[in-house]
Amino acid sequence: MSTGSIDDYITAVAKALNLTIEDAWRPAVRSNLEVSLRMARLVDEFKLPDESEPASVFSA
Amino acid sequence: MTTPLSAAEIAKAVASRKLSALEATETALARIAQHNGLLNCFTDVTADRARARARQVDADLAAGKSPGPLAGVPFAVKNLFDVKGISTRAGSKINRDLPPALRDATLIERMEAAGAVLVGALNMGEYAYDFTGENVNDGPARNPHDPTRMTGGSSGGSGSAVGGALVPLALGSDTNGSIRVPASFCGVFGLKPTYGRLSRARSFPFVPSLDHLGPFARSVRDLTLAYDVMQGPDPADAACTTRSPEIVTPLLAENIGGLRIALAGGWFAQNLFPEAVEAVAHVAKALGVKRTVEIPEAARARAAAYVITTTEGASLHLDRLRKRPNDFDPAVRDRLIAGAMVPAPMVDRAQKFRRWYRAKLLEIFKTVDLLIAPATPCVAPKIGQVNFTLEGVELPVRAHIGIHTQPISFVGLPVVAVPVPLEPMPVGVQLIAAPWREDIALRVAYALERMGAVASPPPRGI
Repeated sequence: MSTGSIDDYITAVAKALNLTIEDAWRPAVRSNLEVSLRMARLVDEFKLPDESEPASVFSA
Repeated sequence: MTTPLSAAEIAKAVASRKLSALEATETALARIAQHNGLLNCFTDVTADRARARARQVDADLAAGKSPGPLAGVPFAVKNLFDVKGISTRAGSKINRDLPPALRDATLIERMEAAGAVLVGALNMGEYAYDFTGENVNDGPARNPHDPTRMTGGSSGGSGSAVGGALVPLALGSDTNGSIRVPASFCGVFGLKPTYGRLSRARSFPFVPSLDHLGPFARSVRDLTLAYDVMQGPDPADAACTTRSPEIVTPLLAENIGGLRIALAGGWFAQNLFPEAVEAVAHVAKALGVKRTVEIPEAARARAAAYVITTTEGASLHLDRLRKRPNDFDPAVRDRLIAGAMVPAPMVDRAQKFRRWYRAKLLEIFKTVDLLIAPATPCVAPKIGQVNFTLEGVELPVRAHIGIHTQPISFVGLPVVAVPVPLEPMPVGVQLIAAPWREDIALRVAYALERMGAVASPPPRGI
């Protein structure tokens, strides 16, 4: 994601979550989000079968 | 300095009436008064409560009641444990506005039921989202071997208080390494039990999927004594086991000759400073271990732990991020805001990967009883240090301190962090066992301690 598009994403999600992000925080939020998304992509790339269960399984 | 008594020595002396619980408590309070100005490990000293509790222990003994296994032993807790009458600050500014806790955390109640005496609450990284032990609200806890260095975090005060011998026992929490990292940097033993083994009831959470509580001590026996008295089911913690306590203290000296021990390879042999390499080799040599086992997808496990941590943490704090963003440590706030923005399918995939990775590790534990891995990639960095250069690459310190602990706690394996007393700074090694086999990790730690391969060095910096 380019810097411009990640900034647009941050603005949109902040609005959806009712979060205020001051301009001074934005570079740090962007930088942290880039790391989080890099980590998330590493997980996303790993192929698991459709039948995979999450670690936590609800018991009634 | 004269080495203060261990928890086991205090309990024995108190039980035999050679030492009163009040004398043991006063000794701890005096050491706290003497050294906390430098170490900044205590945020609350509960002196009145401690003296009252110690007098009660002494009165019970005088009345012929049997002493508990921790009779008169002073201990302290990371300030995310509820302590009756104190607001549970969890290292934050915001939580100071909470009403005082109405009841102690389950683990404090169990420690005191065994005769121990709570003397205070300990400094920690804000909301436990930290590997350094630094805190913008309370100042950094300082390393007892060199106060210019980090304690590690987030249970920094716990590592410092035990490493500085202010108390023989402390409790902390570990979500991604927050017991094992400060144990490594401060040169003490730390136990992160199996996920679900010890109750987290009435402690302030961080990432419920990954949160563990556990003890710090200066000897394996003390660590085990504390662990044993804290075990047992607790309906107040949804993740707590229903297993009965599996007491380890009587098993500590059992022969470890038949155990299958291996080094964790791959990810766990990379990104290490020479001291960490030396510490792992030292432990492996002491145990005669030559076998190496590859743990598949450890880097991805670390990534998945990162994703679950940042998103669950963000969910926990979302209302505070909306209402009081300026009252957070900015570094914590900005990480949590970013965590709130990770798409939900990524989190679900991380939880599914967690189950896959657990199965792979359980497969490994069919042929191995214990794995050896570094606890931290380095000895304690300087307080405020931002980067270090590793294998020719400049890397951010904060993000890399826990790279070898995260893939292990991700699937809840029990780990004893053992201190290798290198000069000038100690560094820790993880002894990792299969789920519910704390006994194996503790027995191996005890054997290493008895052969002199690992030890908690006297505090060198105070």
